Amino acid sequence: MTAEAARTVRSRGRSIGFATGLYAISFSALATSSGLSVLQAVVLSAVLFSGGSQFAFVGVVASGGSAVSAISTSTLLGIRNTVYGISLTPVLPRGGLRGLARSVLTIDESAANALAAPTPELQRVGFWSAGIWVYVWWNAFTVLGAFLGSWMSDPGAWGLDGAAAAAFIALLWPRLVRREAVALAVAAAFLALILVPLMPPGLPVICAALVAVLFAFLPEGPTGAAPAEGSSAAASVSSDEKGRA
Amino acid sequence: MSGGMLWAAVIAASLLSLGQKWLGYQIPASFLNRPRISRILSLMPIALLAALVATQTLTSGTSVVVDARIVGAAVAVVLLWRRAPFLLVIIAAAAATALTRLLGWG
Repeated sequence: MTAEAARTVRSRGRSIGFATGLYAISFSALATSSGLSVLQAVVLSAVLFSGGSQFAFVGVVASGGSAVSAISTSTLLGIRNTVYGISLTPVLPRGGLRGLARSVLTIDESAANALAAPTPELQRVGFWSAGIWVYVWWNAFTVLGAFLGSWMSDPGAWGLDGAAAAAFIALLWPRLVRREAVALAVAAAFLALILVPLMPPGLPVICAALVAVLFAFLPEGPTGAAPAEGSSAAASVSSDEKGRA
Repeated sequence: MSGGMLWAAVIAASLLSLGQKWLGYQIPASFLNRPRISRILSLMPIALLAALVATQTLTSGTSVVVDARIVGAAVAVVLLWRRAPFLLVIIAAAAATALTRLLGWG
């Protein structure tokens, strides 16, 4: 590993960390305006530590959903973190404090910054730099946003609900590279909207996730030639990273 | 949701998140390399995120609602199309949503 390459990966981690962290301002403003205490928002950022899941949790609470809906929506969204761990197992340390830190810091950004690097050494640098900097800024801005949130009487007037919608669009955007992904996204979105008036808040999202299971049983692509699963997962992660860096 | 219930949900969701992150490092590769399983896992985030886009943009409680958020979402799509950075997309969407409300709609 050259020092130059490590510096590049590390500085990318720092930028990803700051840009992602800023977004916690809107998370925590939304959380505190949805009825969570500052301490609850802080616990979510420090322990749950997964942006999509945290927004989903708060979204369910804001719409009056049950505890079970909030927990299951957040957990379903976190399934991808398990998948990242699987790809990262060979390059990261086991056991002890570093093993625990490895689990906590396993998120979109750290996995993306790691899996985009060419060698195991650089992958380790990529994982820790993005993971640590996102963690630092995400938690700092959660505390700041909570106070901004209680100071702002109506987050709707600041467009924070529009910002949350935009954030999910931005998270989804880099994944819409293949026609199949677009079809799946449209189908899942439609199903969720159809189900919203029929069941408690939070559940439509879980039902829409089952569309993914259905799609997994369809033949893959018009040519029928399936790319290797490992390489397609890596490609989607690295395009994520480009989308956000 | 009551105060105690909300705390229980915060703690349960947090521990489950930590648990599922830990789990990834424990599952034998042979199981996850089964084509069907890995395919479901790679498609799941797309379906979940799309459903969240739909519910965050177009619903309120148990009803489908078109309001100022749709303007913020449209601005976000245009900016993502033009390859704008994440942060700019979020700020512009918030501004567009807020401005639309200021003008008296949604």
